[in-house]
Amino acid sequence: MAAVGSAALFVALVTALYAVGAGVRAGVTRSRHTAASARRAIYCLAALMVLALVILEAAYLRTDLSFALVAQNSSIQTPTFYKVTAMWSSQAGSLMLWVLLLSLFSSAVLYSTRASLREVTPYATAVLGAVAAFFLSLMVLSPEAQPFATLANPPIDGQGLNPLLRHPAMMFHPPMLYTGYVGFTIPFAFAIGALITRRTGAEWIRATRRFALIAWTFLGFGILLGALWSYSELGWGGYWAWDPVENASLMPWLTGTAFLHSIMIQERRGMLKVWNVALIVATFVLALLGTFLVRSGILNSIHAFGESTLGAPFLGFIAFVLIGSVALVLSRRESLRSEAALDSLASREAVFLLNNLVLVSLCVVIFYGTFFPLISSALTGAEASVGPPWFNAFVAPLAIVLVLLAGIGPVIAWRRATPANLRRSFRIPAVAMVVTFGVLATLTPAASSPTSLIVFSFIAFTIVVALQEVWRGVGARRVMADESWPVALSGLISRNRHRYGGYVVHVGIATLMLGVAGSSAFVGQRDARLSPGESISVDGYTVTYREPTAELLADRSGTGAPVTLGAVLDVNRAGRTFTLRPSRNYYPSGDPAAGAIGRFFDGEATSEVDLRWGLARDLWTAVQPDLQALRPSIDEADRRFVDASAPIQAAILREIVESYRSEPPPATFRVIVSPLAAWIWLGGAIVMAGALLALWPAAGARRRLSSVEAARLGRELSRA
Amino acid sequence: MLLLATALVWTSFNAATEARTPSQVLEQPAEPGRSYELTGKVVEGSIERDGEALRFAVRDRVGSASVPVSYSGVVPDPFREGREVIVSGALAEGTFMAERDSLVTKCPSKFTNAEEPA
Repeated sequence: MAAVGSAALFVALVTALYAVGAGVRAGVTRSRHTAASARRAIYCLAALMVLALVILEAAYLRTDLSFALVAQNSSIQTPTFYKVTAMWSSQAGSLMLWVLLLSLFSSAVLYSTRASLREVTPYATAVLGAVAAFFLSLMVLSPEAQPFATLANPPIDGQGLNPLLRHPAMMFHPPMLYTGYVGFTIPFAFAIGALITRRTGAEWIRATRRFALIAWTFLGFGILLGALWSYSELGWGGYWAWDPVENASLMPWLTGTAFLHSIMIQERRGMLKVWNVALIVATFVLALLGTFLVRSGILNSIHAFGESTLGAPFLGFIAFVLIGSVALVLSRRESLRSEAALDSLASREAVFLLNNLVLVSLCVVIFYGTFFPLISSALTGAEASVGPPWFNAFVAPLAIVLVLLAGIGPVIAWRRATPANLRRSFRIPAVAMVVTFGVLATLTPAASSPTSLIVFSFIAFTIVVALQEVWRGVGARRVMADESWPVALSGLISRNRHRYGGYVVHVGIATLMLGVAGSSAFVGQRDARLSPGESISVDGYTVTYREPTAELLADRSGTGAPVTLGAVLDVNRAGRTFTLRPSRNYYPSGDPAAGAIGRFFDGEATSEVDLRWGLARDLWTAVQPDLQALRPSIDEADRRFVDASAPIQAAILREIVESYRSEPPPATFRVIVSPLAAWIWLGGAIVMAGALLALWPAAGARRRLSSVEAARLGRELSRA
Repeated sequence: MLLLATALVWTSFNAATEARTPSQVLEQPAEPGRSYELTGKVVEGSIERDGEALRFAVRDRVGSASVPVSYSGVVPDPFREGREVIVSGALAEGTFMAERDSLVTKCPSKFTNAEEPA
């Protein structure tokens, strides 16, 4: 079967190259026939990639260890869920996922534009084919990126999936990120097609806006899942560490956000054409960089490990895309002229422009900080890096401005806002902002952090703006159509999905910022070494180490860990008590030098965090048992039972694990009280709901009148 | 934008911590008040607990020069003998006194293929 898979990838590469050739030819000759042929080549590519996926997944499911990839990150014991999802934890498998998603997205966009954009689409097809061909050529030509490499001597069992990755969020996180990265390829390809054919109006934007929004939604969801995994699985208790790989996924999301806003100005006013093309090129390049950075090992990071030989081709491809796009923009600068000029600084265009500047500045800051080790070693010869405080110092003020702009942008008038317009839109939100500021400053501990006071006030402003808009819209409908308010609300939203979806997203972002601000400014954290019976206090919580736990094959999250050591904690806050059970999973070492018993403790270990979620605050706990006390008995068992049968070794292991419970050594605990942290995930969910609302297809018959139709209707009515 | 660029360059060089190998830390006397990122591999058999503190030694990736480290705070899950680590701190009387919670462990080569973003 591996041979069929390899063949499918080879044919896919040829098909992608054909799509490039046919696309360019159709663009030059304007032949519809050739264009259709190029389009079908992309459909064919999608079918081939699905075939390749099915073959590889089938190998994972039956644990066919003659597949090198299966032997590397799956095993007979691996739970089925992780067998299915182990594919994209390998480099080759994730590249294949990339091309599969790209071919599916490309097919969808080419199907939806098959009868429109006749000039642009052939070139866009060629660009999509070229991107697919690049990734496919890596998989076909580079020995370490072949998904269907086989082993002449298959091992008896595979190495299993990296225990750190055995978490549901971690399994959905890569496909989400990749869907985001890949989705931005679609508007990029059409932007290039529009530039080549000099059709630089808003058609390419209209055809691909939905794809940009889908990409943005998935990328955002992927980033959130990663943060959630970090918070609830990694034993350090944070959700964001400004790690290069985190930054790499955030950067295209920021430029993508800017793009989604600035294309509205091009659609509406014919302005910012160069800017929009630049943004989508930047977003695509950053998405490539994100894919590459995880793999490269060029930056020191817990994540970006493994020096890969794919670095050179990736950098070459990124350079080619950048230079090609810049050259294309320069040669087409005549047709990228703006059709209008900015009328006033108090206008929606100006606020959107400012929002774009802030988003791009954020991206520049993060880019600079991420690549600072390379910059500094090039300039001074010494490799130095900047830490989270540096990032926070720049990002926090920019993010605060962004929250305020998210309130102003959607309601300020286009072209030129009048004082009456400003008063009508912002009087109530401004009052809400001042009241929030006053109440928080006088009545709550928030006053100790001026930054968070400002953030909270801006958040109140932005949320009230959105609520006021919905309230007024509902009110107008109730007056005009005499509807009950639930009917008016659903009617209002279903007829203006984009607009109200946007409001919901803004409310969600404001809510998310509430969680970020609260949990970073007012976090309480303590680490302590405790023996059973001892306790520590953190921010009003008293946490008592009641007793140790020690179990064999009883891991709660079903990751297949043989040994789990943990603790039972009694938590008391103002008389209310509850129990938390953090633990730590130990996975056997694959090292042949490890002892027969010792190998169960010397492999990977992962923290199984336990936390109590709450709207006001989370209580987060992790435990690190001290194995030092068990060492003498483990070493002795290794010497005495090296040749013992499996059941005897199992009995010995049980004895040792049992001794941890009967004579518990002190264990190290980390306890974190994280105020408002739950609002990060709630806000994220609201953002996703808003994005889905905007994406949901409008029912054909109930489509809102386009502005052109409305104008025509108006003229006819005035004649009558 | 220009203002932002100037601020970025100015602050980054001031705030940055320089990465050094154990032999560099031993050879070059540290400027007082400045901390470094020590990078290298954990020496086999060097890990021991001393009350709150964790003691271990870090050696050059290639070579044998090593520095004893005293560290407190949370130990990352993948921390093992022989693994690549990064830890911030400064040398004081022959021991690298690490800043609390500054220990970062790079994943072992066995998992070079394992993707582990954010």
